[in-house]
Amino acid sequence: MALSGIEIFKKLPKTNCGECGVPTCLAFAMKLATGQAELVACPYVSDDVRAAIDEASAPPIRPLTIGTGDRAVKLGGETVMFRHEKRFENPPGLALVLSDTMDDSVVNEKLSKFKDLEFERVGLILRPQMLALKGESGDAGKFAAFVKRVVDQIDAGIILMSDKPEVMAEALKICKDKKPLIYAATRDTAEAMGNLAKEVACPLAVKGSGLDEVMAITDKLLGMGLKDLVIDSQPVNVKKALEDQVVIRRSALVKKVKQLGFPTITFPGQLTDNKMKETLIASLLIAKYAGIIVISEMEGHNVFPLLLDSLNIYTDPQRPMAVEEKVYEIGGPREDSPILITSNFSLTYFIVSGEVESSRVPAWLLIKDTEGLSVLTAWAAGKFAADTVAMFVKKCGIADRVKHRKLVIPGYLAGMSGELEEELPDWQILVGPREAAHLPAYLKQWSAA
Amino acid sequence: MALEIPKVSYSGKIKEIVLGKGDKALTVGGETSYPFYLFEGQMSLKPRIAMEVYDSTPEDWPPAALEPFADVVSDPAAWAKKCVDTYGAEMIALQLVSTDPNGENRSAEEAAAVTKKVVEAVDVPIIIWGCNNAEKDTEVLRKIAEDCAGRNLMIGPVTEANYKQIGAVAIGYEHTVIASTPIDINLAKQLNILLGNLGVPDGRILIDPTTGSLGYGLEYCYSVMERIRMAALTQEDERLQFPMVCNLGKEVWKTKEAKQSREEAPKLGDPVKRGVLMEAATAQLLLLAGADILIMRHPEAIGLIKDMLNDLLAA
Ligand code: B12
Ligand code: SF4
Repeated sequence: MALSGIEIFKKLPKTNCGECGVPTCLAFAMKLATGQAELVACPYVSDDVRAAIDEASAPPIRPLTIGTGDRAVKLGGETVMFRHEKRFENPPGLALVLSDTMDDSVVNEKLSKFKDLEFERVGLILRPQMLALKGESGDAGKFAAFVKRVVDQIDAGIILMSDKPEVMAEALKICKDKKPLIYAATRDTAEAMGNLAKEVACPLAVKGSGLDEVMAITDKLLGMGLKDLVIDSQPVNVKKALEDQVVIRRSALVKKVKQLGFPTITFPGQLTDNKMKETLIASLLIAKYAGIIVISEMEGHNVFPLLLDSLNIYTDPQRPMAVEEKVYEIGGPREDSPILITSNFSLTYFIVSGEVESSRVPAWLLIKDTEGLSVLTAWAAGKFAADTVAMFVKKCGIADRVKHRKLVIPGYLAGMSGELEEELPDWQILVGPREAAHLPAYLKQWSAA
Repeated sequence: MALEIPKVSYSGKIKEIVLGKGDKALTVGGETSYPFYLFEGQMSLKPRIAMEVYDSTPEDWPPAALEPFADVVSDPAAWAKKCVDTYGAEMIALQLVSTDPNGENRSAEEAAAVTKKVVEAVDVPIIIWGCNNAEKDTEVLRKIAEDCAGRNLMIGPVTEANYKQIGAVAIGYEHTVIASTPIDINLAKQLNILLGNLGVPDGRILIDPTTGSLGYGLEYCYSVMERIRMAALTQEDERLQFPMVCNLGKEVWKTKEAKQSREEAPKLGDPVKRGVLMEAATAQLLLLAGADILIMRHPEAIGLIKDMLNDLLAA
């Protein structure tokens, strides 16, 4: 439970020596409580007190990382139930299952598809980041060889799946440096898996049927000194899956139940054989708090919607993503190239500039500051009104860079063209298509003459 | 070690609203917890799905969306019938796009005639959705309300600009209004207050919080809906305790990625499955945020969502 300033103050030396950079112990305690200072700044707290305060001020859902380098997947660290309260921190890791009983050719094909699943959106690269490697054969040597073959081929966050500690031990020898997630410690194997995880300093998943069993296992592992845990409650149906996720998050945040203060791992494929439905269950789990979502098939048509889903749920609800107001040059525009104008909402900018690029018609794209609002939202909010648009067109200097005086506006704003022509008497206002997808065709027939 | 589930105590309840009339009438609403949180409240009335029917032949639909309706797209009554008979639609949403003054600009009389045919072709509850031009919708919806008196159609979008006129005919001819506001909890509440003041009974109001597609603004809609539900259930905000309608099919299927062919987007997999999943995923998120009525297009996406609803609401 987070401590109040006063509770922390009671544990400090109360000498007001000022070495922490703050004049009094009380002031220091207040800063600690609000996260503006760190305990190390005071040299005089005892180890016991430090441990007590550390534990009490630890984030309610343990932040942890699976994997290393570029492909490291961060999980946990969440602090709210609803995204309007504060941005959700770490989007769920999407993991593809591969098993050591699959044919090599199947594995290779799935891996090459997996590598291809990379999409650019609003300037970000979206992709699934994890592989769940399953030791279904139960054979330690076979599993280790399989793991080696996969990790040699691809850089991804790895989840090693086996209920057998001896099988897990062999696989860990191959890839422990990649900080894989060990899946999983059960009631029967908690101690052995716990020791393995400790030895290699890798995160460990806990698998129990139901939250009570999960808590019993995490409790034991916490007692053994393990910290980086991930929870699988093995729900029997979709309804229970939702309930478990909500209860885990809420128990951790509201009641500070430390046995549940961890990111979760989920398996929608265990709840249905239908791949389409599996995707929908995954989309539910993205919104409702899953840490890792392991899916049995990854194709563009199911991964892309899931990545969008995750992007939507995890963007900052308070601040729209925006780009800079200026004249963007696409494809080396010249004095007879078309000029288009739109808003500075990132999504709008990237969609429109992407279409202009794919048209291969060099063009000038004027981006007006609309405080990150989309075209129609900006228009309705008065941030894309004819007078301010005209002012921007004049001051951005585009007139000196082209010979013609034609400006293409978004199709949805057809209604403002008259007014804009009044504000920009030298210009001819052209109404473009409504959807940016129609821009390539439009631009190809555009002419400055 | 037995976990004691920390429960939210809800003080509010969503109002129950009857849709349509007669044997096939449905009731939505009645929730006493956040959507599907059945461990701490009730959701005894299922969210419902209305299948879209258009008043003019769609021109820019991708093959994936068009294929199931290819034989009926030029006949709204046949289209509605196919939705009900072949695809088991429990509701229909007639989208009056051709009335748009910036488009075909069809008259209120024509729209009413089409509506009449659809209303006569099927016996399930029907939503009538205007072209989102306040003035034109007033004219069109007024005529339809009058012609279909007593049918309890769900008519909208009713906005701040036309609520007086449409509210009045809804009261007079016994229809339900869909109160539409742009993604803003205060505006939603305000419009419901105004409708109440005008005399529209509480049993005849639905909220349209405005819907965007997955990847195209959905996140804002999701959060506003969550906040509306929160205010309704935990802050006793009585003027927000109404079921919500999401008109999502047209938002999803107009996006680029729902339309692209395999050649145009080789990395995006199967175009039919992709479109279906984009629609279904959008619907799934809206359900989690509190939607009670979904207006959807593709029969397969609808099937998936029904399946999910059955799972989520299983006893
Ligand atoms: C998300 C959203 C919001 C978010 C803002 C998101 C943002 N960053 O902009 C929030 C919740 C904040 C919001 C607020 C408001 N909103 Co709003 N919002 C939407 C919503 C759902 C989606 C908008 C979106 O993101 N679209 C995606 C982007 C990519 O679209 P786009 O910028 O238009 O770009 C497309 C095309 O225009 C074209 N294009 C873009 N640029 C160019 C350039 C050229 C040259 C060409 C040819 C084409 C082109 O390509 C793109 C893709 O095809 C829409 C309804 C809907 N379903 O679309 C309403 C909508 C835009 N909002 C609306 C309104 C009224 C408002 C408010 C004014 C309400 C209020 N009174 O509070 C406020 C204003 C905000 C403020 N700060 O004051 C109305 C606008 C009505 C109108 N016709 O004018 C809409 C249409 C809803 C409605 N039906 O009433 N909104
Ligand atoms: S350094 Fe420690 S003891 Fe000294 S004032 Fe700061 S908190 Fe108090």
